Amino acid sequence: MNEMISAKGIIKRFNIGAENELEILHGISLNVNKGEFVSIVGTSGSGKSTLMNIIGLLDKPTEGSYLLDGVDVCSAKDAELSHIRNKKIGFVFQTYNLIARTSALSNVELPMLYGGMKPRERRERAMELLEMVDMKERMGHNPDELSGGQKQRVAIARALANKPSIILADEPTGALDSNTGRKIMDLFHKLHEEQGITIVFITHSPELATETERILTLKDGIFIDEKTMRVAC
Amino acid sequence: MLRENVKLALLGLAANKMRTFLTMLGIIIGIASVIAIMTVGDAMNKSVMGSMGDMGVNNISVYVTQKMSENYDFSDETMVRDMKDKDYFSEDMINDLLKRFQGRVEGVSLSKSIGEVKIQDGKKYANIDLNGKNATAMKQSKLKLLEGRSFTKDEQSEGRKVVIVSDRYVKNMFGGNNRDALGKSVEALIGNKYYYYTIVGVYEYSESSAGGMSAGVSQKDIRTGAYVPLNCAIKQLKETQKYDQMEVIAASGENQGTLSMDIQNWLNNNYYKDNDAYESYAYSMKEEIKYMESMLNTQTYAFAAIGAISLLVGGIGVMNIMIVSITERTREIGTRKALGATNGSIRLQFITEAVVVCLIGGIIGVILGQILGLVASKMMNYSGSASVGGIIFCVLFSMAFGVFFGYYPANKAAKLNPIEALRYE
Repeated sequence: MNEMISAKGIIKRFNIGAENELEILHGISLNVNKGEFVSIVGTSGSGKSTLMNIIGLLDKPTEGSYLLDGVDVCSAKDAELSHIRNKKIGFVFQTYNLIARTSALSNVELPMLYGGMKPRERRERAMELLEMVDMKERMGHNPDELSGGQKQRVAIARALANKPSIILADEPTGALDSNTGRKIMDLFHKLHEEQGITIVFITHSPELATETERILTLKDGIFIDEKTMRVAC
Repeated sequence: MLRENVKLALLGLAANKMRTFLTMLGIIIGIASVIAIMTVGDAMNKSVMGSMGDMGVNNISVYVTQKMSENYDFSDETMVRDMKDKDYFSEDMINDLLKRFQGRVEGVSLSKSIGEVKIQDGKKYANIDLNGKNATAMKQSKLKLLEGRSFTKDEQSEGRKVVIVSDRYVKNMFGGNNRDALGKSVEALIGNKYYYYTIVGVYEYSESSAGGMSAGVSQKDIRTGAYVPLNCAIKQLKETQKYDQMEVIAASGENQGTLSMDIQNWLNNNYYKDNDAYESYAYSMKEEIKYMESMLNTQTYAFAAIGAISLLVGGIGVMNIMIVSITERTREIGTRKALGATNGSIRLQFITEAVVVCLIGGIIGVILGQILGLVASKMMNYSGSASVGGIIFCVLFSMAFGVFFGYYPANKAAKLNPIEALRYE
């Protein structure tokens, strides 16, 4: 099977049964192939965060089916979802979300810690990853001693820790200046091209989206446009 | 995982030093007060029990006491008549008692006090407290003989004028040679008459043999006991063989509470039934000690419980600060969940943090409480220490406290919705 994400008819409603019941996603279907670099574009309020939460297994759809790497995740329990998140998904957030008062190295080690890897192994792997994102010299620094771009590099290294099936990047350059943002984008391209990692990139910036292989435009809870920019290599 | 959690907890606590200290303070004060109270209580207990133990735990004290009639008026002293010969315990009664309770009773310890005497020989002097004691009483007094011997049977029965003195007496009167003192006489002026006793033994003076009466008296003036055969004392006092008090020595393995009741009932039924004013009263020292001990323990526990209230307040403080800490770190919790932390591992992380606070506080509290308790005990002239068991209990208890007061906030953290947690500003 070549499909990493196979979602059909995803509907998400909030406050079900209450007066202020709200439907955010109106039956979305999404397929992402292995090794694809896809962007989801939309203005705020379009439902892209909700979609990302569902793709990232932080939330469950009200209706619809979702297979991640061939596994039906809609029926999974909380503990199973934690496990799948840990093993298959790497999150990169707009605001980095590094753990404060904890070194870059320990931050990168964290998913491996939750995954039950041995201390020595995870230390070695964390150092490799930090070297890959060019942060090895600063691995002992705490997040408050790092610049925005540096923090995001550490966050990317952390997202890669357990060799996930997919990287979910939510506005990863949103809090960075254009120069730094450019470098982060280059890093994503490098990971995608060199390691063939599947990336779902969520942004409100159409320009950055054009760099990806396929752009899906979300508006008011439904995909209104799909553009293929170039064929996956 | 646990090691990481502990490390993380320590880092988190170090980041908020003042807050951590104030939170711990509650636990420190709580544990310290409990430990201090237990230490003082223990010291008091030991001291009281020690001095009561010296009085002889196998003894049952039997007294002649006034009868309590229903219309007895305590304030009306005219109702109390003086004791007559028939009211006392007689030699026959005692022999009967020994026969009746054969096997259950080892002996009856009897003594008569002749009085305090100052023995003077030129410039040399010594204070003695002359006591007549029967063989059982001599055995009970557990004197450590340094030289000479105890009384013979004949000396006891005939009431010969022999005496056993303390080494302190020998030191004051004869310069300290115990052996030389044997055979010398003690010349005591009692009433207006001189009495001469021949020294047959020298025992080692100890604080307990003096009954703790030596406090505040100069070494030379210390009054020590000197013992003569019981019948000698009786002759001296020109009394018949009658006693208002005796110590019955229970055979080992005998239930002393029951025995003392049996003795009292037997005496009253046989000898005091028709007595208009007096009867016997027996009580067992062991029972008394048991009662004292339970009373002192209850007191200690009651005070410790008051200390425990401050511990409870401290625990609530820990809970409060944990809730604050978790609220502050909502985003962190969301991130951890996104990275694959299960509810269980989040819960464990925060419980560990609470336990670490309580444990550190507990250990400091134990140390502080020990110091406080020992200082207080010293000041009250007791010596004692909190039991090791008590200390371990307190440390374990403070850990359990951490789990208890950490659980609610930790569980709250574990159940946070990851999306809301990640969105938290």
